[in-house]
Amino acid sequence: MTPADPAEIWTYLRQDPLLWLTATLVAYSLGDLAFRRAGRKPLVNPVLVAVALLAVLLRLTGTPYQNYFEGAQFVHFMLGPATVALAVPLYANLRLIRSAFWPMLAALAAGSVTALVTAVGIGAAFGLRGETLLSLAPKSVTAPVALGVSETIGGAPNLTAVLVIITGITGAVVATPLLNLFRIRDWRARGLAVGVAAHGIGTARAFQVNETAGAFAGIGMGLNALLTALIAPLLAPWLVALLAG
Amino acid sequence: MIVNLVVLLACQLVGEVAARGLGLPVPGPVIGMALLFAALILRPKLAERIAPTTSGLLSHLSLLFVPAGVGVVGHLDTLGQHGVALIAALLLSTIAAIMAGVYVFLAVARLTGAPE
Repeated sequence: MTPADPAEIWTYLRQDPLLWLTATLVAYSLGDLAFRRAGRKPLVNPVLVAVALLAVLLRLTGTPYQNYFEGAQFVHFMLGPATVALAVPLYANLRLIRSAFWPMLAALAAGSVTALVTAVGIGAAFGLRGETLLSLAPKSVTAPVALGVSETIGGAPNLTAVLVIITGITGAVVATPLLNLFRIRDWRARGLAVGVAAHGIGTARAFQVNETAGAFAGIGMGLNALLTALIAPLLAPWLVALLAG
Repeated sequence: MIVNLVVLLACQLVGEVAARGLGLPVPGPVIGMALLFAALILRPKLAERIAPTTSGLLSHLSLLFVPAGVGVVGHLDTLGQHGVALIAALLLSTIAAIMAGVYVFLAVARLTGAPE
């Protein structure tokens, strides 16, 4: 076999799933490394770092997203089973859920509806319309569920993915100073509210601050995934038609 | 390990079929999550069996959003054009949702006397 021209090798790699699957894992590892080096600051989010690195790489190599996704879909596929797996931590916290059942249920409903209605309302007030506005609706929900909800209601799942991550970072950064400012001392209330509003990234932050807050944040995230999946398809299209029709 | 993966995939599969077959607006994997939750309540032993697989999967959960996140390259003009509106909506809405959740929790905890 004669050695191939580098250009030919590149042509092969560009169309093979192997390259982009590897690139995805490498980019995420670099993002995670940066996150740990920065002392786990929520602003240095590993997903955001990985997305930025890969976006630059695609631009530099002139690779269309569809080609990239052919490799990355193996990672993307695992979102479904991972969503199902969220039932396990929810079940593990059943005792905690029973101990504060009514406050949790009420706070879940309030936080979930507020997140959805204010996101769409403020977006509409700032002139957002249609698909972009619908993509905002599930922004507080954990990403695997948010993508499904976005698709169901007619949003753009890829846009939703990034909005979800930015929401998580926002929640993780503002929650502690905000709640200290209002002198909220109940860790259960703090955790649950952050989990509902800022899903996994907020939950990770809550665990850094307080163990109880972290457990309640995890419950808030899991329950809000269920609740938003149920109410967003009914509420979001109606709200968008009402506010930005 | 394999059996655990089968449990997860089977829940998702039933969820997807139910969502499509019954025309439910809920994503299939979310129905799968509810099914697994119900299964865990009915058979508590399943939790111990499946936990190593699920915690492995969930500890790398954020990696799984990367492929979808990279899709933002197709929406860069939306982000550029509506960046201020999107950031304002995300910031204000996140603050509003946190405050609503916290105060409703505290109010209902006081009403029902749920001990801290």
